[in-house]
Amino acid sequence: MSKQTVSTIFSPDHYAYLKRQKNHRQKVFLMQIFLLIGLVAFWEIGANQRWLDPFITSQPSRIVRTLINLHNEGSLYKHVGVTVFTTVAGFTLGTICGTAVAVVLWWSKFISAVLDPFLVVLNSLPKIALGPIIIVWAGSGVTAILVMALLISVVVTILGVYAGFSQVDADKIKLLKTFGASKWQILGKVILPASVPTIIAALKINVGLSWVGVIVGEFLVSRAGLGYLIVYGGQVFRLDLVMTSVIILAVAAALMYQAIVVLEKIALKWR
Amino acid sequence: MLPSSLVKIQNIAMIFHSAEGETVALKDFSLEIQHGEFISMVGPSGCGKSTLLNILAGLLKPTSGSVFIKNQKVNAPTFQVGYMPQSDQLFEWRTIWQNVLLGLEVQKKVNAKTEEAAARLLKRYGLVDFKNAYPSQLSGGMRQRAALIRTLAISPEILLLDEAFSALDYQTRLVVADEVKQIIVSENKTAILVTHDISEAISMADRVVVFSRRPGSVKNIHTITLSCQGNTPLKRREAVEFKDYFQKIWKELDIHV
Repeated sequence: MSKQTVSTIFSPDHYAYLKRQKNHRQKVFLMQIFLLIGLVAFWEIGANQRWLDPFITSQPSRIVRTLINLHNEGSLYKHVGVTVFTTVAGFTLGTICGTAVAVVLWWSKFISAVLDPFLVVLNSLPKIALGPIIIVWAGSGVTAILVMALLISVVVTILGVYAGFSQVDADKIKLLKTFGASKWQILGKVILPASVPTIIAALKINVGLSWVGVIVGEFLVSRAGLGYLIVYGGQVFRLDLVMTSVIILAVAAALMYQAIVVLEKIALKWR
Repeated sequence: MLPSSLVKIQNIAMIFHSAEGETVALKDFSLEIQHGEFISMVGPSGCGKSTLLNILAGLLKPTSGSVFIKNQKVNAPTFQVGYMPQSDQLFEWRTIWQNVLLGLEVQKKVNAKTEEAAARLLKRYGLVDFKNAYPSQLSGGMRQRAALIRTLAISPEILLLDEAFSALDYQTRLVVADEVKQIIVSENKTAILVTHDISEAISMADRVVVFSRRPGSVKNIHTITLSCQGNTPLKRREAVEFKDYFQKIWKELDIHV
């Protein structure tokens, strides 16, 4: 009755199939590299040949120079550090608070029924519109930026995770009840562990949303951070600085997303 | 004095309320079950079989009437009863061993003695090598066996099988029913199986209880005596009387489509 084991000796057709698959993957990868190099080369050469105006488009070599300057001044790490820290704090808080509220909603049908229309309105409201209010209430500092990042991710998390909780198989809950489980035990033994995939999906969305919140927050109030560099660069027309900051931002956001993917692999190893 | 029955179901009625109105699911339902019996319950859809199982498990309170297990009134889930849901419902994020210990964990009874008993069950029923595997690595039949061991680990007197094999494909279903029956017999348990499958009901049970249409009550009880060698469900299907029981029960169910 054991599962049929996959044989390790294959027909020549199968090797040909594997080879085609591998070729395809290689082709895609090569094309990606080619596209990247092509774009950077066109940008650099175009700026040198004056097809493009480097004053408004900047240029790869200038970006590298700006990067080195920022590194030498020592301010690079301060700006990157501030932004990354606020983002991580924002999305961690957003996920924890959102999950906690989702637990409360799951626990009490009454509370979830009462809060439902409020959540719908809050979810459709563009949180960025609250920026000025946040600044008045939380002051024009890191706190305001953090609140912005939190606000932008927390409502989506509440709705997503609560939906995940509601989709847990009713028979699994029933099984636990026949063992005499308490509501806490149902939460701890089935609702939360069964919702780990949902929570991780929320994390993935929250990474992106928290970057939006932090950068907008920095546009509005900050004196440091990548958002500040972008706004400042734009105001004094130093497009080199703007482009450099955007590229650092892209790399940092991609790295953080990859970190979540690694976390997902560890948490869902049973799949 | 007569030995008293293990399970006494006395004049159960169950009424469900919804915005559209009320539904009488069970009416005047009575039945006694002896220790070691295997009871199958069949009936038309919506006749209240699963409702009765939920009442026996202590998950639902009947509107009137009562259930006694070992002369104790059932008000809430009791340790005497083990429930087997439709499909195995193993927790995918737990290993087989952790799944098997689930009931004991909930009841805070994990100790050297219960762990040893659970390990013995795994060994006896051929799952010891899969102790640390995740459910997704097991075949349908093995998963069902693991689910049964999870239920047996809390050492219940009575097993409630709620369409327990309906998620399996037909061939696997026959083999698993055979295995489960043998395990239940060798562990000396009492079992109540709810099913749509008349053949399955006859092949496994000592008595088959036929439900009336909603509101459900006992329409008839068939004591199954088959002249066949061996008493496994697969062997029992070969008995000459098998089709007679099938015909009788089929007529009683009075199904019109």
